[in-house]
Amino acid sequence: MRTLHNIMQLGVKELRSLWHDKVLLGLIVFMFTAGIYTGATSSSLELHNAPVAFIDEDRSTLSARIRQAFYEPSFSPPELISSSEAGRELDNGRYTFIIDIPPDFEHNVLAGRNPDIQVDIDATMMTQAFIGAGYIGSIISDEINGHVGRAPASVAAPVNFVVRALFNPNLNGIWFGGIMEIMTNITMLSIILTGAALIREREHGTIEHLLVMPLTPFEIMAAKIWANGLVVLFSAAVSLFLVVEGFLGVPIKGFVPLFLFGAMLHLFSTTSIGIFLGTVARSMPQLGLLIILIVLPMQLLSGGMTPRESMPEIVQQFMLLSPTTYFVKFSQTILYRGGGLSVVWPQFAAITAIGAVFFTIALLRFRKSISQTQI
Amino acid sequence: MNTFTAYTARLVSLSHRYGKILALDGVNLDIPSGCMAGLIGPDGVGKSTLLGLVAGAVAIQDGGVSVLDGDMRNAAFRRQVSSRIAYMPQGLGRNLYLTLSVEENVDFFGRLFGLPKAERKLRIREVLESTGLLPFSDRPAGKLSGGMKQKLGLCCALIHEPDLLILDEPTTGVDPLSRRQFWELIGRIRRRHQGLSVMVATAYMDEAEQFDWLAAIDDGRVIAAGTPAELKGNTGCMTLEEAFIKLLPEEKTAGHKTFLTINRSFPENDDAIVAEGLTMRFGEFTAVDHVSFRIARGEIFGFLGSNGCGKTTTMKMLTGLLPATEGRATLFGTAVDNGSLEVRKHVGYMSQSFSLYSELSVEQNLNLHANLFGLEKPEIPGRVAGLIKQFDLSEFGGTLAGELPMGIRQRLSLAVGVVHNPEILILDEPTSGVDPVARDRFWSILVDLSRNQGVTIFISTHFMNEAERCDRISLMHAGRVLACGVPAALVAAKGASSLEEAFIAFLEEASTEKGEDHGKETTTETSIMESRPATGNSFFSLRRCIGYVRRESLEILRDPVRLVFALGGSLLLMLILGLGITFDIRNVAFAVLDMDRSPESRDYIDAIAGSNYFLQHEPPSGPTELFERLKNGELKLGIEVPQGFGKDLRRGRRPEVAIWIDGAMPFFGETLKGYVSGITLNYYENLAVRNGYPLPKLSSANIIFRYRYNQDFRSLPAMVPAVIPLLLLFIPSILMALGIVREKELGSITNLYVTPVTRLEFLLGKQIPYVVVGMLSYFFMVLLAVTFFHIPVKGSFLTLTVGALLFVVVTTGFGQLVSSFTSTQIAALACTAFMTLIPAVRFCGFTQPVSSLDPIGATIGNFYPVTYFLLISRGVFSKGLGFADLFHSLGAIALFIPVLTFLSMSLLKKQGR
Repeated sequence: MRTLHNIMQLGVKELRSLWHDKVLLGLIVFMFTAGIYTGATSSSLELHNAPVAFIDEDRSTLSARIRQAFYEPSFSPPELISSSEAGRELDNGRYTFIIDIPPDFEHNVLAGRNPDIQVDIDATMMTQAFIGAGYIGSIISDEINGHVGRAPASVAAPVNFVVRALFNPNLNGIWFGGIMEIMTNITMLSIILTGAALIREREHGTIEHLLVMPLTPFEIMAAKIWANGLVVLFSAAVSLFLVVEGFLGVPIKGFVPLFLFGAMLHLFSTTSIGIFLGTVARSMPQLGLLIILIVLPMQLLSGGMTPRESMPEIVQQFMLLSPTTYFVKFSQTILYRGGGLSVVWPQFAAITAIGAVFFTIALLRFRKSISQTQI
Repeated sequence: MNTFTAYTARLVSLSHRYGKILALDGVNLDIPSGCMAGLIGPDGVGKSTLLGLVAGAVAIQDGGVSVLDGDMRNAAFRRQVSSRIAYMPQGLGRNLYLTLSVEENVDFFGRLFGLPKAERKLRIREVLESTGLLPFSDRPAGKLSGGMKQKLGLCCALIHEPDLLILDEPTTGVDPLSRRQFWELIGRIRRRHQGLSVMVATAYMDEAEQFDWLAAIDDGRVIAAGTPAELKGNTGCMTLEEAFIKLLPEEKTAGHKTFLTINRSFPENDDAIVAEGLTMRFGEFTAVDHVSFRIARGEIFGFLGSNGCGKTTTMKMLTGLLPATEGRATLFGTAVDNGSLEVRKHVGYMSQSFSLYSELSVEQNLNLHANLFGLEKPEIPGRVAGLIKQFDLSEFGGTLAGELPMGIRQRLSLAVGVVHNPEILILDEPTSGVDPVARDRFWSILVDLSRNQGVTIFISTHFMNEAERCDRISLMHAGRVLACGVPAALVAAKGASSLEEAFIAFLEEASTEKGEDHGKETTTETSIMESRPATGNSFFSLRRCIGYVRRESLEILRDPVRLVFALGGSLLLMLILGLGITFDIRNVAFAVLDMDRSPESRDYIDAIAGSNYFLQHEPPSGPTELFERLKNGELKLGIEVPQGFGKDLRRGRRPEVAIWIDGAMPFFGETLKGYVSGITLNYYENLAVRNGYPLPKLSSANIIFRYRYNQDFRSLPAMVPAVIPLLLLFIPSILMALGIVREKELGSITNLYVTPVTRLEFLLGKQIPYVVVGMLSYFFMVLLAVTFFHIPVKGSFLTLTVGALLFVVVTTGFGQLVSSFTSTQIAALACTAFMTLIPAVRFCGFTQPVSSLDPIGATIGNFYPVTYFLLISRGVFSKGLGFADLFHSLGAIALFIPVLTFLSMSLLKKQGR
C-alpha cells in the first residue's frame, strides 16, 4: 500500500517534469506525427523511379515497343546511350539498369532464333537491383510475346500458379512503414526517456534526496517505468489511430487493444533497459553513446527491417535477448495477420521475462551507480 | 574624498539581463587602477556578470564598458586587449582542464597567448616555482585540492604577464590556510609587477577588509563604493560585515538581529550520531580516513574543512548513500544500512548542490516530499502551510523552485528537509553563496529547531562565524579529523586569537606531520619577466591552433571511454550491420498442403525444398491449419496443391497451384514472390521438356541478367562498403559535437572568450584530433572489411583514403556546426543523431539511387555529403574505380568543408551571454 502510494507520487512527479520540458515534448509530438508520416511514405523499398538506359542497336519496332514499356512511377523515363558510355555510366552510378538490345534483334525474334538480350545491373543497389530485375524480365518477355502475338508466359505455363500476398495484398509499403515507424519510436523513445531521466536526476543530485528518504530503489524505478511508459504508450496509441489509420489510411485489421497490451509489456522491458543503461553510464554523453551502440542493433536486427531467417545463426540467437525481436513478431501477427492472444502469448511471456531480468540487474546496480556519477 | 585618479575599467549605465532576470541594473562605476579593487555582495547579485563584462567574456547588452582605455564593444580592441587581461572565472578550476596535468594546463595557456617555446618553458617553471606547484607538475588538475586548483588557475592567468587580473571568488571553498597563502601570493605578485590592477569578487568580508577599494553590490546595483575605511566610516560600523548589512535596503534586513552564541553541555550517554573509524576509498584514493565522532541528541555539530577534504563523503556515509569501505556509523543506536527505511524517517538531509525538483513549484516540492515521507493524507495540507509560514515562503508558493533566488532556495531545501519532523538534520554546506542577512535568518531557524525541538544538527560550512555558533566543531583535512571540540576550546588549545587562526595552526601542524608539501612557495623573488609576449593580432596563429590540437588530443587520450567508443564502437557496429542486415533469401519457412500426393506433386515440392532458399516445415493437415501457421508467422510461404494435380499435369490441363506468401513485410514479400515464381516456372519448363508434356513456347528471346560488381548478388559485398560511410558519419560527428558543448557546459569555453585565440583557431584545433580518430577508425574498418568479411578493395585505395579524409573533415565539421548553436550535451546529442541518421539512411542512395527519390528527398540527398562518399566507397570497393572516375564526388565533398567551417564560425559566439 505504502509502496503503491509512493510509486504513484513519484510517477506524477515524473510526468510533471516531462510536462515542463517543452523541447522534449515537442520532440515526442514530432516523432509520432510528422516522423511517422515521412517515415512511412519515404522509406518504401518498392521500385520507384529506377534509372534505366537502353543501348538500342536494333532501332526496330520491337525495340521501341520494349523501351516504351518502361515508364513512371516504377522507372524513370528510359534514356538512350551508346555502348561505349555504358561502362562509365554504371560506374558512376547514374543508371542501375542498362538494357542492351543487339542489332537485328526483332528480325531474329521473328525468325524464332531466340536472340540474347542483355540487362546489366548495378548490384550495389541491393533492393532496387533485385526487384527491378524481376520487373524488367517480365516486362521484356511480355512485350516480346505481345509482339509475336503470343499469350504472356505466366498464362502459357504448364501449371496455372497464382501467387497471392496475404495480409497486404498489394504489398503496399506504407502499410508496413507506418506501423514499423511507430514501433521504432516506441523502443527508441522509451529507452532514451528513462535513461536520460535517471542520469538527469543523478547529475542534479535529486536522486540522492530520494535515496535518503524512506523510499526503495524499487519504488523509484517502478515510478519511472509507469510514467514514461504511459507517455510513450499514449502517444503511440494516438499516432496509430490518427496518423496511421486516419491520415495514411492503413486498414488495421487486428485487435488494437491486444497490440497496446503487448506494447505495454514491451515498454516494461525497454524502460527497464533504459534504467539499466542509466545505471551503467556515468554522464549524459556516455549515455548517448551507449544508446546508439545498443539501440541501433536492437532496431536494425529485430527482424522488422530484414527477415530474421536471412541473418547468420549467431545473430539470430543473440537477438533472442532483445525485446524488439518479439515486439516485431507479435506486432506483425496482431496488426497484419489478425492473430489473437492464443498465438502471441509466447512472445508476451518472453518480452516480460527480458524486462524482468533487466529490471532486476538495474535494481541491484542502482545504489552503487549513484556514487559513480560524474558531471 | 576620491583618492584614485586612474581607472582600469569604467562602466556607464550598464544593464544586463538573463531572460526575465535583471542581473545588472544601470550600473555606473569607475574601478581604480593599480590597486586591489573588490566587489562584495552575496551570490547572484551581478558580481560575476560585471566581472565577465569587464573581462570580455560576456557580451555587452546595454550600456558601455571601457577597459584599459578602450571600448569593449569593439571586437578588434577586445582581441588586442585580451592579452593584457587575465580572467579566472568562479568555481574551483573552472577554466582548467581536469584530465590534463598541471604543467600541460599552464603550457596550453602559454600557447594561447602565443609564447614561443623557449620562453614558455622558462615562464612555466617560474610561475610553478613561485606558487609552489612545481613538485606537482605531473599531477592531473582534477586531483589537486581546492586551494591548489586555484593556485594553478592563477599560474594560467599569470603566464602572459597581464596588466589586469580579474578574480571571481577565487577563495570560495578553499581552506583557511590555502586562502591565506593565496592572498600572500597575490601580494607578492603585485609587489613584483608594479601597476598590476586586480579586480576581485568575494563573499568573505574579512578578505575585503584588506582591499584598497570596494564596491558593494546588491540586486544588480552598486549600493556603495570607496575604501573599506570609508564604507565603515559612512555607516558607523566596526566591521565590514555590519557595514554591508547596514547598507542593504531595509525590507531585506527586517527582523535581522545579531547573533548570540551560548554553548551548552550535553549528557554523556545520549548519542544521536556515532561514527567509528569511518573510511571510504575510491580505488587507491582514500577520501575519508578513519573518522570517528559522537554527536549528542540536540547538539549542533559543525564540520569544517576545504572542498574535497571528505566532508561530503562522510555525510553521505552517514545517510547511507555511500556504503563505508571500513568502520560503522549508527543513528540512535541503529546501524546505518541501505535497507533501513525506518531510520530514514528520522533523518533530514540537504545536499551541497541545490537538489530539489527545479521544474516543480515550491508547494509541489513540499507536497511531494510530505507524501513520500509517509505523512498521513489529512495532515499534509496543514503541515505544508505551516512550513510555508515558518520558513517565510508564502510569496513564493507557486513559483518554480528553479526560479527562486539563492537564499530562498536554501530555505526551501531546509523546509523540505524538515517536512517529516526529523530528529536528525544533516546539512551539507547549506549557506554557501547566501548573503549574510539570509544566512543569519537561516541560522535562527536552525537554532530554534535545535533548542526548542531537540533536533540534532550536523552541518558543514566554510564560514568561521557560523562555526563559532556550533556547540562543537570538528576540523577536517585530507580525509582526517584534525581536531574536534567546543570552538572556544580549540582556539584556546592553539593559543590563537580566532577560530580561523586556530584552524590554520592545526592545518600547518598536520601538513608538517605528514611531510606533505601543502604547496609552499619559494620565497625567492625570481627574476622579473622581461618581454611582453608577442601576441600580435594576427587572424590566424599556428601556435594557438596547435595549443588546442595538443590539449584536445591529450584529453581524448585520457578519456578511454570516448576512444573505445570511437574505435571499438564503429567496428562492433560494422560487424553487426554487415552480418545482420541482409536482403538475401535463405531458409525461408514454407509448408505444402498436398491434396494430391502424386509423384508429380512430391517432385514439385522437392524442387522447392531442394533450393537453398526455402526450408520445408511439417505439412499442415488442412487449409485452416496452413492459414493459422501463416498467421502466427511460423510460415512465410504456403503452397496448396489441389487434388488431381498430377493427372491434370500429364494431360496438359494446366492444374492450378495456389501459393500464399506473407505480405506483412512488403519488400520481403516482393522478393519471395520473385523467387517462388522463378523456381516454379523453371521447374515446369524442365519437367515438360523431360517428360514430353505438351508445352507451348514461352519466350522468343533469351534475357541475360548480368549482376555487375557482385556476381552472386549477395548482400554482404553490397552492404559493407555502404556501412563505412554511415559509421564515419555518425561517430565522428557525435564525438565532435560533444567535444565543444562539453566545454560550454563545464565552463572552459571561457578560454575562447577571453584569450586572443580566434574562432578559426579554436575550431580547427579542436577538429584535427577528431579527424585523426575518425581516420583511425576508417583504417580499422577497411581492415575488417578485407580480412573478416573478405571484401577486397578493387579500386584505388589511395582515392578511397583521400575521400575518407575529406569526408571525416566534413562530418566532424558537421558536429561542430551542431555544437556551435546547441548549449547542452543532450541537445547536441539529439540534434546530431536526428540530423545524421535519418537523411543518411533514407536520402543518400543507401538502398536506391538518389535519382529514384521524390524531388524533396532527392534534393536533400544531393546536398548531403554522404551521397558522394557512398559513391566513392562503392566505386572503389565494388567497381574498382580510381581517382579519375571519382574526381567529381571528391570535389563535391571538398566543397562542404569551407561551407561548414564558415557556418560554424558565424554561429559560434566569441563572447558569452
